Amino acid sequence: MAAVAAGPGPGSGPGDSPEGPEAEAPERRRKAHGMLKLYYGLSEGEAAGRPSGSDPLDPTDLNGAHFDPEVYLDKLRRECPLAQLMDSETDMVRQIRALDSDMQTLVYENYNKFISATDTIRKMKNDFRKMEDEMDRLATNMAVITDFSARISATLQDRHERITKLAGVHALLRKLQFLFELPSRLTKCVELGAYGQAVRYQGRARAVLQQYQHLPSFRAIQDDCQVITARLAQQLRQRFREGGSGAPEQAECVELLLALGEPAEELCEEFLAHARGRLEAELRSLEAELGPSPPAPDVLEFTDRGGSGFVGGLCQVASAYQELFAAQGPAGAEKLAAFARELGGRYFALVERRLAQEQGGGDNSLLVRALDRFHRRLRAPGALLAAAGLAEAATEIVERVARERLGHHLQGLRSAFLGCLTDVRQALAAPRLAGKEGPGLAELLANVASSILSHIKASLAAVHLFTAKEVSFSNKPYFRGEFCSQGVREGLIVGFIRSMCQTAQSFCDSPGEKGGATPPALLLLLSRLCLDYETATISYILTLTDEQFLVQDQSPVTPVSTLCAEARETARRLLTHYVKVQGLVISQMLRKSVETRDWLSTLEPRNVRAVMKRVVEDTTAIDVQVGLLYEEGVRKAQSSDSSKRTFSVYSSSRQQGRYAPSYTPSAPMDTNLLSNIQKLFSERIDVFSPVEFNKVSVLTGIIKISLKTLLECVRLRTFGRFGLQQVQVDCHFLQLYLWRFVADEELVHLLLDEVVASAALRCPDPVPMEPSVVEVICERG
Amino acid sequence: MEDDAPVIYGLEFQARALTPQTAETDAIRFLVGTQSLKYDNQIHIIDFDDENNIINKNVLLHQVGEIWHISASPADKGVLATCYNKPSDSKVLTCAAVWRMPKELEPGSHESPDDSSSPAHTLELLCHLDDTAHGSVACVVWEPTGDGRRVISLADSHILLWDLQESSSQAVLAGSASLEGKGQLKFTAGRWSPHHTCTQVATANDTTIRGWDTRSMSQIYCIENAHGQLVRDLDFNPNKQYYLASCGDDCKVKFWDTRNVTEPVKTLEEHSHWVWSVRYNHSHDQLVLTGSSDSRVILSNMVSISSEPFGHLVDDDDLSDQEERRPEEKSQEPPQDSVIATYEEHEDSVYAVDWSSADPWLFASLSYDGRLVINRVPRALKYHILL
Repeated sequence: MAAVAAGPGPGSGPGDSPEGPEAEAPERRRKAHGMLKLYYGLSEGEAAGRPSGSDPLDPTDLNGAHFDPEVYLDKLRRECPLAQLMDSETDMVRQIRALDSDMQTLVYENYNKFISATDTIRKMKNDFRKMEDEMDRLATNMAVITDFSARISATLQDRHERITKLAGVHALLRKLQFLFELPSRLTKCVELGAYGQAVRYQGRARAVLQQYQHLPSFRAIQDDCQVITARLAQQLRQRFREGGSGAPEQAECVELLLALGEPAEELCEEFLAHARGRLEAELRSLEAELGPSPPAPDVLEFTDRGGSGFVGGLCQVASAYQELFAAQGPAGAEKLAAFARELGGRYFALVERRLAQEQGGGDNSLLVRALDRFHRRLRAPGALLAAAGLAEAATEIVERVARERLGHHLQGLRSAFLGCLTDVRQALAAPRLAGKEGPGLAELLANVASSILSHIKASLAAVHLFTAKEVSFSNKPYFRGEFCSQGVREGLIVGFIRSMCQTAQSFCDSPGEKGGATPPALLLLLSRLCLDYETATISYILTLTDEQFLVQDQSPVTPVSTLCAEARETARRLLTHYVKVQGLVISQMLRKSVETRDWLSTLEPRNVRAVMKRVVEDTTAIDVQVGLLYEEGVRKAQSSDSSKRTFSVYSSSRQQGRYAPSYTPSAPMDTNLLSNIQKLFSERIDVFSPVEFNKVSVLTGIIKISLKTLLECVRLRTFGRFGLQQVQVDCHFLQLYLWRFVADEELVHLLLDEVVASAALRCPDPVPMEPSVVEVICERG
Repeated sequence: MEDDAPVIYGLEFQARALTPQTAETDAIRFLVGTQSLKYDNQIHIIDFDDENNIINKNVLLHQVGEIWHISASPADKGVLATCYNKPSDSKVLTCAAVWRMPKELEPGSHESPDDSSSPAHTLELLCHLDDTAHGSVACVVWEPTGDGRRVISLADSHILLWDLQESSSQAVLAGSASLEGKGQLKFTAGRWSPHHTCTQVATANDTTIRGWDTRSMSQIYCIENAHGQLVRDLDFNPNKQYYLASCGDDCKVKFWDTRNVTEPVKTLEEHSHWVWSVRYNHSHDQLVLTGSSDSRVILSNMVSISSEPFGHLVDDDDLSDQEERRPEEKSQEPPQDSVIATYEEHEDSVYAVDWSSADPWLFASLSYDGRLVINRVPRALKYHILL
């Protein structure tokens, strides 16, 4: 097949065939086929039903478009054996037969359709013929109509022209009539007071009159009109000047006058002058409210009145002015701005005076509402008259007031703190007078702390009103930034905490250092308060503030740690001062007891001196007092039998010999040597050293101060034998009771040892008492 | 620097009394009085050889009792006054006396370094400043610039002015005044002002400082509650006539202008226990020395209230130069008051400190355990002040 296909090239088959005309015929047939196929929507290939991919031009393809029976037969004959030829012949015959039957069926099927189509075509032919006739008739009728119409219009032409002319004359006559009637109408209008109407008439007529003034009749009318208009203008001005009517009416007057062609400049001046008069009246009434009489209406009412009266008036004036004198250009606007500035300034001055009266109160809500109204009211004129800067000035006033409020609150907090302190003082003093149990320091502290905290919270809440969302000025940059960070956080809260610390510290610096001025309990309480602030309250308050006033400002603020450090320092100083004061009280007792006694001629000790018992009692009382507010603190590990411990200097017989009378010159050297060696191994005692925040440290400080005083006083005296023994007894007694209060009992031992050693040195006849006797006396006493 | 190290000298006894030998201006010499109830008390004459850093001592016996206060005559090197406890069986009475050293111990005669071999010398009693009616004597102060004839002693609540006659062998009571008030008033310290031709004396009792006019023996000013507690010592600024320093049991050192006594000019709070002694340097009054029972000696630089608040004054002939340099000078900050040094050589309470009368850069401090420490002003500061 492929070889055959290669032989006759595509397209060459029909062209090369020798029998040209015969070849043409199938070509034409095929064309018709093609069209039918096209009609049935089949492509050639599909119609042939041949497998895709085979050459469509293959002349041996039975179903192909280029089928050539000769070539096909040739091919069959050449290629196929007989049997196959026979087969294909029968096959072909069978196919032909099938096709014939198919065709017959198709013909039968379509026959009826052809018949009905023929019928239809015939009927259509009839109908069209009828239609043609009717169309002809229509054409003739139309021609007749056209003819008639032309005739009618020709007849009416003449009249139409006359009517048009008459209508023109009529309009002119009406206008003329209007002109002739104008003076009387104007007069009537003026009489009736319908100025607007009059001005409108006049405006309509003016141009015409102007144009035809060379005609005497018109001239007369114009003159009349001018007279009337002048009168009108006169009356309008009169009305305008009277000023009794409200701003809108005045504006109307001005508008009419302008329409009458009055000079705008002058009117503008006059308008402003009138407006000024009215507004000044408002201001005066406001000022009268301010007045010398204190029971002025509350600030909200005041700003309301100012807002509706003055600001409203100003608004009206401004808008009317801008409407009326828009033609005036920048000069006019400037005039208005200056006007607004001046009056606005006076208004602000009044408002400020009123607000200043309000500074005393503690409640912000009314003030904030008033400020809000004030500020809100001024936004309208502010928008109208940007050049006058009213809104800015208003914002400034609000800011100033806000600042003053902050200052006021700070002052309030301070005085609240001082009030708390006074309360505490009274509470501390009162029960003692009544002879009752001492006041619960912890309770007092809690009271003070909660009272201050609630004051702070109240102030914050009050100040917070300034930044509430619904308040018109809260979105101003000042209130969003500086007010929150510098004003509230720094100025109010940080400022208060600082001033609190300072107030507290001032108790440390009080000149009367005898401690009479400040009760020690107050020092202790304040110290604890400051410490509590350092540990928790400051960060709590600042967090609260930061939350309430979302600080957007980037300006630096005092960090919490700095404040805490200040508070801690204050607490430390107060506690140190407390230690000094209490130490001083006990020191004074001890000093008096040593200085006033005649140690040389004292009797053999039988008792512990009362002052020592008093010292122990006082120390216990201080211990209780401090224990109410401060934690226990840590002690150094102590020996279990510390209360049983006796003084080292007397505990061994070897040292006992130290005080035996001896006249060898080396003895004093030994004493020195011993005490020096002892000192080498003990740390230097810093007497007034800083204390830590716990009970033990505080008590250690007080006891150190007291015992050092005792030591120094003993060194200044000379003791007899019994004097020394008395000191011995006293020291042992102190030893018995004081060790439990201090962090390091060694310290007490050391100091008391030194006291006894010094007393022994200051005794010409040092015979110490037997330790057992000392113990017996102490236990008895 | 090696020679800046402190020099320490130990006495065998407790001691509280220290004074420079005021009349001596060449040798560095201090007198120390001991306190012992059982043995004979001594006065140690301590010579310090600045060049060799060596201490020479001479011991004088003071047998009448333990010494609470000692002061040297400003005119006669050999004369000194002590306040001492007279031992008696039932009562302790503090008396005062004027003594003369033996001739061989006077300046220039320390050729006897081996004092253990030579017997201890004894003081020669010139006269008692005694008036038993007036009670215990707290201290004796000499008129600072006179001929060493006028002495004031403070006895309990009395202030007594003595005139020493016939080469100090006789003391005549020239004037007296006494405190009046409730309770037992007792003087604790006194100081004679070198200004106003030596007519003013300041005394301290309890927390009060009083000024007296020696001509009329009347009070001229009074600083109530000068310190929170007892006032322990006083000293006058040698160059500024109204300035006075005081110290006391409130651990503070205060500086006063006696013309306005309501407020101290300045307060120092460096010590951690009672301050027992305060001394102005005799030449450079910005240097203030204090000793305390916290065993420390503190040297402070009080420039701002000294007579040279802007450093050393410039001589007149430098003035033209000075004028040109003024802008630079002004830009310099005036020196600040500060603690120069804290000396911790003592291990017991320091009851007395004093400057040498011969070398303005040298001072001694004495602690109760008998340790005498001689220190110098740091060199850097010395040159800073001088140049």
